[in-house]
Amino acid sequence: MTLTVTAKQKLGDFSLDAGFTSERGVTALFGRSGSGKTSLVRIIAGLSKPDEGRIVLDGDVLADTEKRIFVPKHRRRFGYVFQEARLFPHLTVRQNLLYGRWFAPKNTPGESFGHVVDLLGIGALLDRRPGRLSGGEKQRVAIGRALLSSPRLLLMDEPLAALDDERKAEILPYLERLRDEMNIPIVYVSHSVPEVARLADRVVMMRDGRVDAIGTPSQVLSGPSLSASDRREAGSVLSGTVERVDEHYRLATIRLSQATIKVPDAHVAPGHRVRLHIPERDVMIATARPEGLSALNTLEGRIASIEPDGEGTIRINIDCGGDIVLSRITAFSGERLGLHPGMAVFAVIKTVALER
Amino acid sequence: MDWLTLSDEEWTAIRLSLKVSGVAMIASLPLGILIAYLLARGKFWGKSILNGVVHLPLILPPVVTGFLLLILFGRRGPIGAFLYEHFGISFSFRWTGAALACAVMAFPLMVRSIRLSIEAVDRKLEEAAGTLGANPAFVFLTVTLPLMLPGIIAGMVLSFAKAMGEFGATITFVSNIPGETQTLSSAIYTFTQVPGGDAGAMRLTIVAIVISFAALLASEFLAHIIGRRVHLE
Repeated sequence: MTLTVTAKQKLGDFSLDAGFTSERGVTALFGRSGSGKTSLVRIIAGLSKPDEGRIVLDGDVLADTEKRIFVPKHRRRFGYVFQEARLFPHLTVRQNLLYGRWFAPKNTPGESFGHVVDLLGIGALLDRRPGRLSGGEKQRVAIGRALLSSPRLLLMDEPLAALDDERKAEILPYLERLRDEMNIPIVYVSHSVPEVARLADRVVMMRDGRVDAIGTPSQVLSGPSLSASDRREAGSVLSGTVERVDEHYRLATIRLSQATIKVPDAHVAPGHRVRLHIPERDVMIATARPEGLSALNTLEGRIASIEPDGEGTIRINIDCGGDIVLSRITAFSGERLGLHPGMAVFAVIKTVALER
Repeated sequence: MDWLTLSDEEWTAIRLSLKVSGVAMIASLPLGILIAYLLARGKFWGKSILNGVVHLPLILPPVVTGFLLLILFGRRGPIGAFLYEHFGISFSFRWTGAALACAVMAFPLMVRSIRLSIEAVDRKLEEAAGTLGANPAFVFLTVTLPLMLPGIIAGMVLSFAKAMGEFGATITFVSNIPGETQTLSSAIYTFTQVPGGDAGAMRLTIVAIVISFAALLASEFLAHIIGRRVHLE
């Protein structure tokens, strides 16, 4: 699967001029509101026309302004999950789910109804009407409806943005199962660092209608292109395997490349592959092994590089046995400790979030 | 209780009125939906002119509308002559003419009601249906039309009620012929013009009240059922 997108569009004062190529898996379009993510994904879906541009999925040209090709939205077979669920109020949940079935090509097997219903946990809702569902339930039904139309590509436009944190936590695990169990490439629009860190295989960072950076979540989410507010959440994204779970203290031990990290209150079982998000502001640096600290995780490593940001802080990449842990400290502390690349240090990790 | 018994002629007028109003309502419905859709969603030159023409019967004196119909749809009128020659359809002094007059008079009410319901349909839902693979015609039939159903029913009831009460345009266009063009309203009018006709006028008045009330209740009931399905979100 290869999706290639280039698009230019002028809407009043705002101009969009962006492009990216995405392979299989989840591609996140990431950026603040107003950065053009939604405009771009609407162009991909065929909901709006670019002034100039080209959209190609696996050699199938869906839009090409030069050749005057524009495949209308109902012939693209791109599933779209909107920010608001947009369920049909006059149909039951079951009828909503099956709406796209009428148009799905008969010869492709598609996802079975039962599988999608199980995956999203909406079996108990089938005979209800959308008006009686909670926000999280509506969004799950909307995702199921898009999946059941046998899409070649799933576009999700901030599907969690309208939900509160509890509902988000309710849906995120379903999105992960979707990513892992369904063989459908996903373009996921979001402005939330934790969501992108948790879901994306690849991040396209947008700013003011342009693409700012493209890369893996750990590259982009720790990169310099993050805005000040996002930087607070910026940090390293590491993958590992659950080694054991201590039931008494409710601590899970995660094995990274070499180091291990303990995570509190994690609902995981040994053997699970997991991702950890470590905010860079929550990593302290010690030049000697610290003692008498409440912090659970102290990793031994070597400074790989130091990047000053010109605003009085520096970011330190610490190589901890093959995994890069990021730490942001003041330039003053850096000088006081005499930090330099190659130096052996200890990374004291205050918080770590598990992003299963 | 004798004075409550309806005579044959009165029954004929009632049946004719129901037929004329029913036909006027049903026959104008597709055109009503089309025009309402154009006015609600269309962007074309002359939209305000179309809007004005549709609303004309509401503001013109009914007699004027009836006279215009007579000129246009009479046997010698340009449209009437054409329809008679090619399709054998005649309106002059026939119940079909009464139905036409009623339909024209009720048309603005029907279009207004349907137009409002189209404007209330959330276009985001149509967009969502499109991304699921539905072509525009299918989107209209499965999403737009069901969601505007309450407005369509309201429009139909308004149209029916207006047709039941139509008098001026009908009597001008197709006169007042018992058994052919004498509707309930014309019959009541006729009764009031003859000595001792008060009882008959009163009987038909009661019937008119009962029919109008029944139509209103039926529409409330339907709107309730549909509204329960549609307006939950």
